[in-house]
Amino acid sequence: MDHVTVKDVMERFGLELSAGAEGIGRHIASSDISRPGLEVAGFFEYYPANRIQLLGKSEISFFSMLPRLDKMERARKLCSPDTPMLVVCHSMRIPPELVAAAEEEQVPLLSSPMTTTKLSNKLSDFLENRLAPMTAVHGVLLDIYGLGVLITGKSGIGKSEVALDLVKRGHRLVADDMVEIRQVAEDTLVGNPPELLRHLLEIRGLGIIDVQMLFGASAIRDFKRITLIIDLELWDPERSYDRLGLEEEKLKILDTELTRLTVPVRPGRNMSSIVEVAAMNHRMKQMGMNAAEQFSERLNDMIGREQDPSY
Amino acid sequence: MTERTLEVKLKSGLQARQAALFVQEANRFSSDIYLEKGTRKVNAKSIMGIMSLAIARGVEVTLSADGHDEEDAVTALSAIIEDEAAG
Repeated sequence: MDHVTVKDVMERFGLELSAGAEGIGRHIASSDISRPGLEVAGFFEYYPANRIQLLGKSEISFFSMLPRLDKMERARKLCSPDTPMLVVCHSMRIPPELVAAAEEEQVPLLSSPMTTTKLSNKLSDFLENRLAPMTAVHGVLLDIYGLGVLITGKSGIGKSEVALDLVKRGHRLVADDMVEIRQVAEDTLVGNPPELLRHLLEIRGLGIIDVQMLFGASAIRDFKRITLIIDLELWDPERSYDRLGLEEEKLKILDTELTRLTVPVRPGRNMSSIVEVAAMNHRMKQMGMNAAEQFSERLNDMIGREQDPSY
Repeated sequence: MTERTLEVKLKSGLQARQAALFVQEANRFSSDIYLEKGTRKVNAKSIMGIMSLAIARGVEVTLSADGHDEEDAVTALSAIIEDEAAG
C-alpha cells in the first residue's frame, strides 16, 4: 500500500501552511475526512483524531465566539498526537489559539481557498485512490471493446504477442508484463502499468517497443477497470477444458471475484481472435444473453418432448 | 469393431452437462467411437454432434468403437449412459 504524507496532500491541493511545519511528514492513514463541529463545541468523546480535520465557515465562526480558555483547550485537543493535519477552508482568518496549539503540538495547520464541501470531496477521492489496497500481477491488461481483460499465463506463452495483435486490431493496451491492481471500491478493481513501463510492450525478438509512438494515442490507456481474466496455458491433453461455457470459474484478487476463463494454447488456434470473442461473449452474458444456457434449455426441451410426447 | 445396443437410463436423458462428460470420457480413448440413434450416427468425440441427437431417457442407442481400446471404450461409455443415479 502507498502511504500518503501531509506534504503530498499539501502539494496536490496547493494548501498554504500556517503552522506546525515540523509535522509535514505525518502519514495520513485514513481516507475519511472529519469536520469536527461537535468537537469545537466541546464534545471530544468520539473524536476521530486520525483523520484529516476540515474546518469550514461554521466551525471557525463558532470557535471564534468561545471564551478564550475554551478556545485554547479545544484547539489543543484538536491537535492530538494522532491528527495528521488541520485544514481551514474558504481562506478564513485562522484564530491565533489554533495557530499556537498547532505550532506547539507540531500538527500541520493549513488553509485553502476552496469551499469545505468541495475540498472534502476532492480529498476523499484522492485519498481513496492512493490508499486503496494494491497488488501486482504478472500479465497483460487490455481494453477490448471497452472491457478490461487481464491476460495471464506463464512466461513465454505469448501474452505480449496476443496484446500486439489486439492492438493492431484497434484495441488498447493498458499494461504489459506487470499490472498494478487497486481495489478502488467494493467489487471494483482498476489496473494500471507501473510508471516505468507505461505504453511499452516487450516482444521476443524485437525487444521493447513503444505502443503509443508506433500506433498512436488511440492504442493506449493509462488505467482500466478489470472485468475478465483469461488465463492462457499450454494445451494439456490430460486436462478437460470447458466445452459448454455453462460453468463460470472465479478468481479472487484482493476482495473482488472475477470470472476467469482458462484457454489452452495450441498451434492453429488464433489466440487474439479467441480473446477478442471471449470479451464480446462476456459482454453478452453481462447483458443477460448466455448462448450456452439458451442452448442447454433448448436441448432439455427437446429431450423432454422425446421422453413425454405430451410435454 | 465392438458394438453394443443399450437403453438410456439417465434420469433426464443426455443433457448438456452429461453430454460434456460423455464426450470427455470418449476423448480418453484412441478408438474411433460412434453413437447411433435411429437413422443418425455421430462421432462420440464431438460434443455438438452428441447433443444434436437430443437423447432422452428410455431411448435405444447403439455404441460402436473401432480401435485397439474399443472394448474398454464401449464399456466405459455404456456405464455413463446406463447410470441411473446421474442426471
